[in-house]
Amino acid sequence: MKFPWLIFLLIFCTPLSLYAEEADTINAGDTTWILVSTALVMLMTPGLAFFYGGMVRRKNVLGTIMHSFILLCLISVVWVLWGYSLAFGPDKGGIVGGLEWFGLNGVGQEPAPMSPNIPHLVFMMFQGMFAVITPALITGAFAERIKFSSFLVFSVIWVTIVYSPLAHWVWGGGWIGSKLGALDFAGGTVVHISSAVAALTAAVVIGKRQGYPREQMHPHNLPMTILGAALLWFGWFGFNAGSALASGGLAALAFVTTNTAAGTAALAWSFTEWLHRKKATALGVVSGAVAGLVAITPAAGFVSPLSAILIGIGAGSLCYLAVNLKSVLGYDDSLDVFGIHGVGGTWGAVATGLFASVAVNPGGADGLFFGNPSLLMTQIIAIAASYVFVFVFTLIILKIVDWTMGLRLSEDDEYTGLDLCVHGECGYDYGVAHGKNI
Amino acid sequence: MKKLEAIIKPFKLDEVKDALNELGIQGMTVVEVKGFGRQKGHTELYRGAEYVVDFIPKIKIEIVVSDDILEKVLKAIEQTAKTGKIGDGKIFVYNAEEAVRIRTGERGEVAL
Repeated sequence: MKFPWLIFLLIFCTPLSLYAEEADTINAGDTTWILVSTALVMLMTPGLAFFYGGMVRRKNVLGTIMHSFILLCLISVVWVLWGYSLAFGPDKGGIVGGLEWFGLNGVGQEPAPMSPNIPHLVFMMFQGMFAVITPALITGAFAERIKFSSFLVFSVIWVTIVYSPLAHWVWGGGWIGSKLGALDFAGGTVVHISSAVAALTAAVVIGKRQGYPREQMHPHNLPMTILGAALLWFGWFGFNAGSALASGGLAALAFVTTNTAAGTAALAWSFTEWLHRKKATALGVVSGAVAGLVAITPAAGFVSPLSAILIGIGAGSLCYLAVNLKSVLGYDDSLDVFGIHGVGGTWGAVATGLFASVAVNPGGADGLFFGNPSLLMTQIIAIAASYVFVFVFTLIILKIVDWTMGLRLSEDDEYTGLDLCVHGECGYDYGVAHGKNI
Repeated sequence: MKKLEAIIKPFKLDEVKDALNELGIQGMTVVEVKGFGRQKGHTELYRGAEYVVDFIPKIKIEIVVSDDILEKVLKAIEQTAKTGKIGDGKIFVYNAEEAVRIRTGERGEVAL
């Protein structure tokens, strides 16, 4: 059987040897910063695993952490094989990238077509980490009740036919970024709106957790959630400042707006909660910080630090109101993916249309408050298109997976918990008899 | 022999244990329990949502004593576990039929 080996050699070995020499557009400083940023964004997914893991009940801690971690592994492979090509490959009618770069065929050490100051492989991997965290964000909506196999199949299909085309529309030369001219600095639409709309769709399709809302489902380990939020904040510097795709002033601006919005939104959430419930909670502070990080994402490189404060105030207070509306509307978006990423991401995309300024970044555009109302309209069109596209295709994928494999765990398994039933493990051993469980 | 189940505030455990030691009680079993009486529970806040927690943590002490020191033991627990505020707990007393020391096979009060 020599034939399979030949295919292996063709796919995996040929492209590497073609691009051994670096072209002189590649900048060492830029390349270094994007390599570091890629590693920072990678850390966000385990951070998200802890953020979510602490908020579920004790019996589901490993299953919830696993949802994020397995996607880091799975999407890393999907991205190299076909995801990157669909998102950033040669444009097909503004809708999707071609499969010419399947298996990174032709993607090597040469300058990246989208950003000639860094090697193509670096650009590919940086984008890959965004593709990893986006489906991981969705997992908060169907936490504690989804079937593991169905979740894996859903995630692969979702990245293939929802995430990759959307990334193409906004960043890969597709219609939203290139023709419409909407601004999305680091993924407010592509990452946060898309994951949140998918999350809301999934929460409704899969249904509520058994016992929700009659039974109280407290977070089981808030220190773990706070650690996760801290890792997210840390990694977000790579996410936003790395999205400058260069080291320098623009990266510095995005770094500062990111940090400022996170702090302001945490304060705004906390203050709102204090007024409403007479107490400032730790979960509130970290949730507010994440809301601020989400909201500044599309705006990070287009607005001033003072605008970032206003964006942060909006994010903290709006997201607090949104998560409180959940109980009124009656759906079980278990870990508030829509309340934080959907509302925060939408506010951020709208706010980019309000606060963007060419005085801050000549590569951007002026927003409503700088005399250009048309950018706000453009942003709203991009938001609406993303909502509709993501909702329709996510719904189709979920229904197909539900009909063929079933989305939900059995009642017994859901009652016992993901850790034991799905993974055969226990997150915590509280046995008294020398580690033996009684 | 009488069996006592005393449900007390968790932070009172050490004081009660020391008082019982002074009376010559040589062993006890302690369980972390949850429940409510007239004190009721408390509320917790998660992302603005209020969760009412009905069952609050208490300590249950189980001891078996001889009839002649029962009153002293009851008094000792009552005095040391008391804060005067709602939620101090309760003591229940039952008849105990038999006691066996597993190591030696001794029966009755000598096994306590």
